[in-house]
Amino acid sequence: MTRSVRRTRRMLRLAGAGAAAALALSACSSSSDSSDSSGESGSTGASASPKLSGTVTVFAAASLKEGFTTLGEEFEHRHPGTKVSFSFGGSDTLAASITGGAPADVFAAASAKTMKTVTDAGAASGTPVTFVRNQLEIATRPGNPAKVSSLKDLTKSGLKVVLCDKTVPCGSAARKALDAAKVKLTPVSYEQDVKSALNKVELDEADAAVVYKTDVKAAKGKVQGVEFPESAGAVNDYPITVLKNGRNAEAAQAFIALVRSADGQKVLGEAGFLKP
Amino acid sequence: MTSPDKPGVAAGRRTGRPRRRRAGAGGRRGVPLPLLLPGLLALAFLLLPLLALLVRAPWRSLPDQLGSTEVWQALQLSLISATAATAVSLVLGVPLAWLLARTDFPGRGLVRALVTLPLVLPPVVGGVALLLALGRNGVVGRWLDAWFGVTLPFTTTGVVIAEAFVAMPFLVISVEGTLRAADPRYEEAATTLGASRFTAFRRVTLPLIAPGIAAGAVLAWARALGEFGATITFAGNFPGRTQTMPLSVYLALQNDPEAAIALSLVLLTVSIAVLAALRDRWMTTP
Repeated sequence: MTRSVRRTRRMLRLAGAGAAAALALSACSSSSDSSDSSGESGSTGASASPKLSGTVTVFAAASLKEGFTTLGEEFEHRHPGTKVSFSFGGSDTLAASITGGAPADVFAAASAKTMKTVTDAGAASGTPVTFVRNQLEIATRPGNPAKVSSLKDLTKSGLKVVLCDKTVPCGSAARKALDAAKVKLTPVSYEQDVKSALNKVELDEADAAVVYKTDVKAAKGKVQGVEFPESAGAVNDYPITVLKNGRNAEAAQAFIALVRSADGQKVLGEAGFLKP
Repeated sequence: MTSPDKPGVAAGRRTGRPRRRRAGAGGRRGVPLPLLLPGLLALAFLLLPLLALLVRAPWRSLPDQLGSTEVWQALQLSLISATAATAVSLVLGVPLAWLLARTDFPGRGLVRALVTLPLVLPPVVGGVALLLALGRNGVVGRWLDAWFGVTLPFTTTGVVIAEAFVAMPFLVISVEGTLRAADPRYEEAATTLGASRFTAFRRVTLPLIAPGIAAGAVLAWARALGEFGATITFAGNFPGRTQTMPLSVYLALQNDPEAAIALSLVLLTVSIAVLAALRDRWMTTP
């Protein structure tokens, strides 16, 4: 039947058109949260003037968001004509984009291991220094309805617990603490960063999460923190360094100096960080 | 291809694409440069990243990388959940497409726009929206939990739901477009001959638009296979239960880029193989 053949072909063409329309409408945006904000630096390294200007691009671990944002404003206030532009995210994601050539001036990581991937790739200039430390805490719903008081309590049946994935610092620290407490815990999910682990508790999808003290503080009462003794053995060091690929080395140095100064330490201490 | 197209020959040929016959002598004219250059540039732009993936692939350590059970778990889960999401989309999406194309109700244009919303919504936002709707504390999820003890987040069902949410619009739009272009007179003829509307749909319309449904299903399946944002937000990440291939690629990238490239290659190979197989089976005239 030639007619049916022709009709099928016409239908095929229509099918193609329909598919094409659907494709044209689609927006497959992948969820990446590391923005490549390239700093337009005003001063080049050649003119070593004490007057700072231009943009400092700071890549920092997600847990530093609150403290660093405050310090960024302080920095701009102290050095008129400068601008601090932040990219907060999982340390490893940031490290990957730095070794991939992202134009950042400063990198502040949530673990020495992550910093090592950057220094091993030869992307850091100078030696990273530890500027704060962070301790783990259990985050529960406000009022602690699940009555969690120790790591062992997290293994109660029917309790939904989320941990960070072992590939991110908060995950490896939690793993260390659980091993030290000899607790075998099976979570419902290994989250991709500490903020999404916290979100699951805030949204009441999970009963508890092992996160940092600073995250519990930053949640401002939406979760309740429960301290546990094993956290002392799994404290994370936060190293910070100037990067080779940056375009504003002096301002980068000045920003790190501010972070390490007494004022900087006070701001970070208020956010829940421990002194190095 | 310089043989003149004789109508009889064209209709009788079993293979090959339908070619629209141009008026005048059907020879190839020169391709205009303003079209050729951007076109080639677009092609290079689309193929270069894939080539880079092949060039930088750790071929030597590939067997070891792919030997881990986690990879196979993730791949298996990806294939199963993408297929299930496509099935859900077919069962629910085809009737919706029919309603949009064949019935007239007030606010149809608005409904149509809303259906396409998940296509342009950032996937992570879709995931959060699903949590707020179907989560343990969600608008509907709360009752699912209270009445049936069902919680969807962190389960394989959650993965399927997240994937269906982003993939179904593809199918609906594709099938609706086909239905709109299809001739409604066949259906009408069937109903005048005594068939009920549903029988006409089942016996006349469905076979007529089958290629469109197939095309839409393939699109939906491919989209579901690559879904990342909504899945990790709504279903979380647990190996063997909710960790699909894109999730394991993303997490591998955190500390082992080579493994991530290897995993990406697997995903790429699987999708190309499946799409090619489906194309041969469905997309050509029998």
